[in-house]
Amino acid sequence: MSASTETIERFTQKGYEAGFVTDVEEDRVPPGLNEDVIRQISAKKNEPEWMLEWRLKAYRNWLTMREPDWQYVHYDPIDFQAISYYAAPKRDEDRPESLDDIDPEIKATYDKLGIPLHEQEQLAGVSNVAVDAVFDSVSVATSYKEKLAEQGIIFCSMSEAVQNHPELVHKYLGTVIPYNDNYFAGLNSAVFTDGSFVYIPKGVRCPMELSTYFRINAANTGQFERTLIIAEDSSYVSYLEGCTAPMRDENQLHAAVVELVALDDAEIKYSTVQNWYPGDKEGKGGVYNFVTKRGLCAGDNSKISWTQVETGSAITWKYPSVVMRGDNSVGEFYSVAVTRLRQQADTGTKMTHIGKNTKSTIVSKGISAQEGEQVYRGLVRITPTAENARNYSQCDSMLMGSECGAHTFPYLDVNNSTAQLEHEATTSKIGEDQILYCTSRGISPEDAVSLIVNGFCKEVFRELPMEFAVEAQKLLEVTLEDSVG
Amino acid sequence: MALLEIRNLHVNVEGTEILKGVDLTIDTGKVHAIMGPNGGGKSTLAKALVGDEAYEITEGEVLYDGKDLLEMDPEERAREGVFLGFQYPVEIPGVSNTYFLKAAVNAMRKHRGEGEIDAMEFLELVRERAKRVKLDESLLQRPVNEGFSGGEKKRNEIFHMSVLEPKLGILDETDSGLDIDALRIVSEGVNAMRDGERSFMVITHYQRLLEHIVPDVVHVLVNGRIVKTGGKELAQELEDKGYEGFDEAAA
Ligand SMILES: Nc1ncnc2c1ncn2[C@@H]1O[C@H](COP(=O)(O)OP(=O)(O)O)[C@@H](O)[C@H]1O
Ligand SMILES: [Mg+2]
Repeated sequence: MSASTETIERFTQKGYEAGFVTDVEEDRVPPGLNEDVIRQISAKKNEPEWMLEWRLKAYRNWLTMREPDWQYVHYDPIDFQAISYYAAPKRDEDRPESLDDIDPEIKATYDKLGIPLHEQEQLAGVSNVAVDAVFDSVSVATSYKEKLAEQGIIFCSMSEAVQNHPELVHKYLGTVIPYNDNYFAGLNSAVFTDGSFVYIPKGVRCPMELSTYFRINAANTGQFERTLIIAEDSSYVSYLEGCTAPMRDENQLHAAVVELVALDDAEIKYSTVQNWYPGDKEGKGGVYNFVTKRGLCAGDNSKISWTQVETGSAITWKYPSVVMRGDNSVGEFYSVAVTRLRQQADTGTKMTHIGKNTKSTIVSKGISAQEGEQVYRGLVRITPTAENARNYSQCDSMLMGSECGAHTFPYLDVNNSTAQLEHEATTSKIGEDQILYCTSRGISPEDAVSLIVNGFCKEVFRELPMEFAVEAQKLLEVTLEDSVG
Repeated sequence: MALLEIRNLHVNVEGTEILKGVDLTIDTGKVHAIMGPNGGGKSTLAKALVGDEAYEITEGEVLYDGKDLLEMDPEERAREGVFLGFQYPVEIPGVSNTYFLKAAVNAMRKHRGEGEIDAMEFLELVRERAKRVKLDESLLQRPVNEGFSGGEKKRNEIFHMSVLEPKLGILDETDSGLDIDALRIVSEGVNAMRDGERSFMVITHYQRLLEHIVPDVVHVLVNGRIVKTGGKELAQELEDKGYEGFDEAAA
């Protein structure tokens, strides 16, 4: 093995830094799934009747669905009866009311992860970010709530939204991703436990980044969060999502649903840095990240952007999508996905053009190392009503080593002859010649790999909000190497 | 004083012996030209000297500044002052030329026990050196070599060299693909660095570069061996007669 191959090896074998377990007392529903469990979850959350009915309708429909098998990922069948569908860090009675009530253990967990829970910390560190944190199934803290409320912005956990803003939840929940959309979204609709809810009123530009950190802690639990973001006419919001999980030998299922609705002239920017536990070298353990994310550009001139940096999970299977229904609406997807160890990812996007003059951009950067397998799967659909639709797609893959794989499946479905589509794709091997070029100018092999990888991902990183771009770059570095100072 | 001493160097590429015993000594401050037909092993020699792993040293030794060069990693060799201007410079998408150079400069400064270069100082240095080799300023912010023309890539190599200020500059066919104006500019860039302290190994296929960078010594490398060594007039002789006679001599 050559020295630079060794560098790449070392670079890609970094341990998982977020892999600790936190000891907290749990309240959990025993493993198993049936209507009683769903009733229990709903009762624990003190939900209105319509919410329970919706869950049950979703569950009954889910029972009739088949688990999909078309994706390019391989895993043993999931035993849905072995999963616990509800785990909360504390008993309901002493659920935290404010930031000060949070269990110090959980607080310490988030501190370890570098998530600024206290507002002071936020002011000192990552400024201008309001944080909601979801620990296992429940939201433990939402900061900056009052400040946001002054402008009519609602940023709270989904459970609170069901209690305090039932009319909004009822109006929008399931309108972008219906309960019968797909197998895992169906399951989520039946058992979702928490998630974030955001509502930006007409004409309001959200003054700070809104952020949620998800962490699976408890063993044998699934995490089924559900997030809903509504941007009224001429409003703007930038939302960040981060995820980590402890190292565990068994696989954990994460089947989330994220729905975005942008009305006339509204813009939603949704960024994800996903760092769920990827499993070990032999492919043992790790999170199954089976997520449905879709945004609806419901209004004219609206815009929805997805930016994702995916470095974790044993299996990632998701296609953040945009339905451009409003005229002149814009959909964007910027993605960096890393698969190493035995990680598998089948990810991409779906851009559906319905309105006139709609425009979509897809930039996907896939990095595969070790025995990582990766698929880009994208669909650009131009419906007959979409006059003058435009799409630009760029899919680049980078391979590190010879045992990994990258595959690209760009699908097109064009039903209007005025459409203009452009597609570019490249596959490159991180070259020994590129590394030599750097080292022969004095740069260490580790810095060389990090330089080359960051350069490769640049078009995506620059779409991330500032604080997050730095974080993402760091995450990529620690994911892919172990000796850069 | 010898800066570089190559003794009986044998190099294999993918199991085939390409260099079959090269002896070559370059003194401090001297410019040596290596000429020879295509496929003779000139680039192989250059790559072996910077530590490209594809080039396996099977025999011989190389002393650089009295130290065993072959024991050092490529980055160590660079930090000790060895520079190669590649025959085919690679592209590094998304990494700006300036950012790249700054990483290189700081790596070298760290090696010398110095702190990171001041941002303003670096900018001035880069601008001044770019001007020296008439490198378009727009190429400073563009990703390293990406979309550069052949000539721009070669000029960029000379630019990197003039920023990094090596003790030994190895230039592998930096002249090929350059028009006469560019050739003059590149040569001036090299000549400006000839200060009696710095040594150069200038690899070229053509005599015309050596009209601008006048060598102290000329070597002819054919079929993996140095078959003739002489003064600058040897270059002209080769230009007139070609390499044919040498091929036989080497066979
Ligand atoms: N990386 C390589 N892989 C395989 N063969 C090589 C490689 N580099 C050089 N060679 C072979 O070694 C010989 C010498 O090549 P080279 O050193 O590039 O010659 P020159 O630079 O004098 O034209 C040629 O036969 C060439 O095909
Ligand atoms: Mg050559």
